Amino acid sequence: MSAARLPLRRRLREYGLDSVTLLIIPAALFVLALFIYPFLYGLVLSFHPKAGGWLANYTKFFADPFLYDTIRITLVIAVPVTVLNVVLSVPVALRVRLLRNQRLLTTILVIPITLGTVMVAEGLLTYLGPRGWLNRTLLEFGLVDSPVRLVHNYWGVMLSLVITGFPFTFLLTLSYVTGIDPALEQAGAVLGARPRERFRRILLPLLAPGLAITLALAFVQAFTVFPSAILLGAPAGPTRVISIVAYQAAFEQYDYSMASAIAMLMAAVQLLIITLLLAARTLVFRGPVSTGKG
Amino acid sequence: MRPRIGERLWAWAVWTLVGFFVLNLLAMIGSVVVNSFGTRWFNTWLPAGYTSQWYTLAWNEFQLPDILLVTAEVVGAVVLISGAIGVPAAYAMARRNFPGKQAVMFLFLLPLLVPPITYGIPMATVLYQAHLAGTIWGVILANLVPTVPFVILIMIPFVEQIDPRVEAAARVFGAGLARLFLQVLVPLLTPGILAALLLVLVRTIAMFELTFLTSGPTSQTLVVALYYAVFAAGVRPGQSIDAMAVVYMITTLVWLLIALRFVNPTQIVTRAKRQ
Repeated sequence: MSAARLPLRRRLREYGLDSVTLLIIPAALFVLALFIYPFLYGLVLSFHPKAGGWLANYTKFFADPFLYDTIRITLVIAVPVTVLNVVLSVPVALRVRLLRNQRLLTTILVIPITLGTVMVAEGLLTYLGPRGWLNRTLLEFGLVDSPVRLVHNYWGVMLSLVITGFPFTFLLTLSYVTGIDPALEQAGAVLGARPRERFRRILLPLLAPGLAITLALAFVQAFTVFPSAILLGAPAGPTRVISIVAYQAAFEQYDYSMASAIAMLMAAVQLLIITLLLAARTLVFRGPVSTGKG
Repeated sequence: MRPRIGERLWAWAVWTLVGFFVLNLLAMIGSVVVNSFGTRWFNTWLPAGYTSQWYTLAWNEFQLPDILLVTAEVVGAVVLISGAIGVPAAYAMARRNFPGKQAVMFLFLLPLLVPPITYGIPMATVLYQAHLAGTIWGVILANLVPTVPFVILIMIPFVEQIDPRVEAAARVFGAGLARLFLQVLVPLLTPGILAALLLVLVRTIAMFELTFLTSGPTSQTLVVALYYAVFAAGVRPGQSIDAMAVVYMITTLVWLLIALRFVNPTQIVTRAKRQ
């Protein structure tokens, strides 16, 4: 018996499978059981609606403007804020990269990410409210006559996504920017390229793959905005985002099948936008130029 | 001379933007802190007087001792379990090449790329059917979904830095896998393990969506309790909600400051792909 088992063991080892490789199993099983299985379960469940044929959840979603319109509402919030955050991040990251001591700024900027959306929502409710410091400042300088309404509407959610989203896109962009070899830009400068040309013809092409990933991750985060859309927005109207509808289906109507269908649609929209972004990247970025660092 | 002036104006504009952002961020945090200590605050820059009564109120009304205990239990369990599962897996991923390794890597990346609310709803459904949701174990399991892969991804580069000959030497001297781990690898990996687990700790304290979807009345963490407090604003004085928010901020930021002794802030968002 043992003579027959030894070669098998050795053969497995040739493939890199031995007792060490087995250490992956608990982690892999865990992700399979609590991530992959629920996702597939949700997909199957979404085709077993409470009433009607197998597509009833999806036809119901796309027949009811109160439901399908949430996709548009979410996109109207998520797309501008994503673009804004990424567009602002690039010049700031290019400037901060020249700083020798970035630590203080990056530490301050990591705070809102760490605090999370609930805390930022509560902070902005106090700060942006009609009696908050922002409105006081605007009134004091005579910029407005009456307090600006910035909470419980579109702008509250938008601003909360800037507060948590901009640091995220900035830090991500910074990590891509610092991966570009400064010698490339210096070479461009020696050859007489102005800053704008250096940006357009050297930095931007090198940054494009990283920017596409940043855009994708930032979009996905903004698209799934949840607590701040409820706390800081108008969850019955202009900020009735898709995650609110999914949550209500699951935990207020206890229709898990419908909730799963909405979650699947949410995933589908995210996947679609990411695919478009990555396809667009290959249009901007051609050629074998390596960024040197990841 | 024109381009130089343009360049300087551009730099000035960028720094103004950064300054404006940081100013608003600090003012947002500041207004919460000031409000939590204020007595009455209407049409003035600062409250009429200062008091600590809102903290006493929040402590009693929101059952903060219970919530803090649950938070500590959840966070502690998530940190320990994700370390115990994640570190060995990271070691194997860094040291072995086997068929399907890329697929396994993709499997570990997915929970970090898909936002929690998207997979949280089907996951909560499954956990409710298993009668785990609503209990503290449901919350712990849900929080482990992103943290186990997170630990693996952070630890892989740390393992790769260790010279394989050290392990070979330990093996030659007769150390088994368990002994190799406990006496050779864990001491060498301590900085990486600390960094990974502290980041897991900070992320779990702040993880709203997954905890919210799976917690019941007795298994709420601080961030979920804060959400419910803000959601039901008007029931209780705003200052006591802000007092609770300050407690939450202190809990999170203290650990963030400790974590930042071991990691670079950019690593928090880049998921430590590069060292």
